[in-house]
Amino acid sequence: MSKKLLLKHDHEPGIQTYEVYRKHGGYASVEKALKTMTPEAVVEEVKKSGLRGRGGAGFPTGMKWSFLAKPEGVPRYLVCNADESEPGTFKDRYLMSRIPHYLIEGMITSSFALGANTSYIYVRGEYYYVIAILEKAIKEAYAAGWLGKNILGTGFDHDMYVQPGGGAYICGEETALLESLEGKRGNPRIKPPFPAVKGLWGCPTVVNNVETIAAVVPIVNDGGEAYAAIGIGKSTGTKLISASGHINKPGVYEIELGLPVEEFINSDEYCGGVWKGRKLKAVVAGGSSVPVLPADLIMKTAAGEPRLMSYESLADGGFASGTMLGSGGFIVMDETASVVKNLWTFARFYHHESCGQCSPCREGTGWMEKVLHKIVHGHGEMKDIDLLWDLQRKIEGNTICPLGDAAAWPVASAIRHFRSEFEEMINSHAVEHA
Amino acid sequence: MENKVQFKPETLALAKEIMGRYPEGKQKSALLPLLHLAQAEFNGWLDVPVMDMVAEVIGIQAIEVYEVTSFYSMYNLKPVGNCLLEICRTSSCWLRGAEDIVSHLENKLGIKEGETTPDGMFTIKTVECLGSCGTAPMMQCGAQFHENLDTDKVDSILDKLRADGKRTNYFDAVVVKEY
Repeated sequence: MSKKLLLKHDHEPGIQTYEVYRKHGGYASVEKALKTMTPEAVVEEVKKSGLRGRGGAGFPTGMKWSFLAKPEGVPRYLVCNADESEPGTFKDRYLMSRIPHYLIEGMITSSFALGANTSYIYVRGEYYYVIAILEKAIKEAYAAGWLGKNILGTGFDHDMYVQPGGGAYICGEETALLESLEGKRGNPRIKPPFPAVKGLWGCPTVVNNVETIAAVVPIVNDGGEAYAAIGIGKSTGTKLISASGHINKPGVYEIELGLPVEEFINSDEYCGGVWKGRKLKAVVAGGSSVPVLPADLIMKTAAGEPRLMSYESLADGGFASGTMLGSGGFIVMDETASVVKNLWTFARFYHHESCGQCSPCREGTGWMEKVLHKIVHGHGEMKDIDLLWDLQRKIEGNTICPLGDAAAWPVASAIRHFRSEFEEMINSHAVEHA
Repeated sequence: MENKVQFKPETLALAKEIMGRYPEGKQKSALLPLLHLAQAEFNGWLDVPVMDMVAEVIGIQAIEVYEVTSFYSMYNLKPVGNCLLEICRTSSCWLRGAEDIVSHLENKLGIKEGETTPDGMFTIKTVECLGSCGTAPMMQCGAQFHENLDTDKVDSILDKLRADGKRTNYFDAVVVKEY
C-alpha cells in the first residue's frame, strides 16, 4: 500500500533547488493548467478528485473553491495556511523545508483556478528558517518565469509573498489567520460571512492548508479521477502523517488513505512498532484536539473491524468509541505513559492558546488546567473528575471558533476511556497524604 | 520629545519593501513582520519606544502595536538574555523527556524557567508545541531547532553558544540538515 505523490522525490539530493525540482517534473501542473485548461476546468478536476482539507477539518476542497465569490473588479486572494501548530503535527514543516517548490507550484496552479493574482503563505513565526527557504525558492520561481507578469505568455499575472506569524495557535483558524495577516490580534471572526465572500481585507479569499495546496499538483497532472482512485471511499488520495511519541521511527510518512492502523504502527516502513519493546497503551490519532483512544479501540472499531487510516474508519463509533483523522498528528503512548499527565500538557496548551474572546473557552480552559494540575500534583479529589467532565461540556459548542471544542474533546475522551487512571492517581496520592 | 529610536537604514529599506507587499492603504499588514525585524535589531525585546517607532513607520496608532505585541507569544516585552532557549513542553516532547531537559538547564545555568543568567547570556523559556514532535525533545534558539535532545547534547549546545557569544535571533541563517 505504498503510494507516494507529495514525497515521491523528497530524498533526491538538492530537491530544495529549482533545477533539481524542475528536472523531476516540477512545474508541469502550472504549464498544463495555464496553457491547456480553463480555471473552471481546474476547479472541476479538484472536485472530481474528492480532495478534502488536510489541515484537520476535512472539508471538500473543490466545494470550498466553488463558494468563492467573483464580484466584478474586486481582487481575490489565495492564502496558504502554514501556521502548523496543532500539537503532534509537523508534516507541513517537512514538506516546505524539504520541497519548497512543491508548495509554490501548487499555489500558482490553485491561484490560476481561483483567479487570484496575489497569494500569501502565512507561516508560523517560529518556522523562520522555513520562511527563508520559501523566500529563496520564490525568488528562483520568479527568475524562471513561473511568477510575475504574463506567466508563460498566457496573460496570467501572479505575485506571491510569505508572511510570518507572531506565535499563536489560534491563527491556524482561518479567520484568525486573516485577522493576523491584516496586522491584528488573532481573534476569530464570526461566520458568516465566510472568507470565500469576505476574507482578506474584505475581499473573496480561499484559505487552504499547505498539504491541500500541494495535492493540487498531482490532481492537475494526472487528473481528478486518477487521484480519486487512490485511497478508500470518500477518503481519496494520500495523506501525510506526522508520527511521534513512543515509537521506534518517528517522522513524516505519506500513506495511501485506508492503510490499516495496525500496519502503520507496527510496520518497519512506518512507525516501526512501539519503542523499547513495550506495549501500546493509547493513541492520539489526529493531533491534540481529537479524542484519545485506548490500544484496543485504535486497532479495531467497537464492532471488531480493523481500524483504517481514513476519515470514516477513524470516526467509526462516533466519540463513544472513535476519533478523527484530523491533521494526521499521530501521537503514540506506551504502557508506562500517563494519559492523565499527557492530558495536563494539552490542557495547559489550550489555556495558553485561547484567544480570550469567548468566556467559556477563556475561563474554562484555565479551570481545566488548574483541576488537572491539582490531580497531577497529588492534590486531586474524586469529585474533580466530575468537575472536569462538567467543565468540558460547558465549553463544547459554546464558542465562536472550534478551539473550545478542541480543548474539550481530549478531556472528555480521557475520562471516557481512562477514568480508572484518574481514580488510581487520586487514590495513590490520598494514601501518601494519609 | 523627539523619538530617537530608529531602524538602521538597511532595515528601514527592508521594512518599506515589506510594506509594499500589500495593497495601497493596507500597510498595517506589515506589523507582525516589522516587529520581528525590530526585536532582532533592538536586543531581542520590544521596549515601548521601539514599538512607537514601528507604529510611526507604518503610520498607525501606537495602541494598535501594543495590542498585537501583548497577544503573540514571540514578542518579548521584557529584556531577555543573548540566547533565548525556548524548550517545547507539549505532549510529544513531554512524552520523550522535555521535563528532564528543562531541569537539566535549570541546574546547569542556576536559574529557573523564565529567568535570565546574571551575565545576561541565557534565558530559559518553556513554550508550546513547535512542530518538531518527530524529533522530540527539542528546543529552539534563534532560528535554529535543536532536536533529539539529551543532556550531553544540551551541554555541547550551551558551550557552543557561549563560545560564539553572539545574540541569536530568528533571522540567523540555519543549515538545514539532509533528512
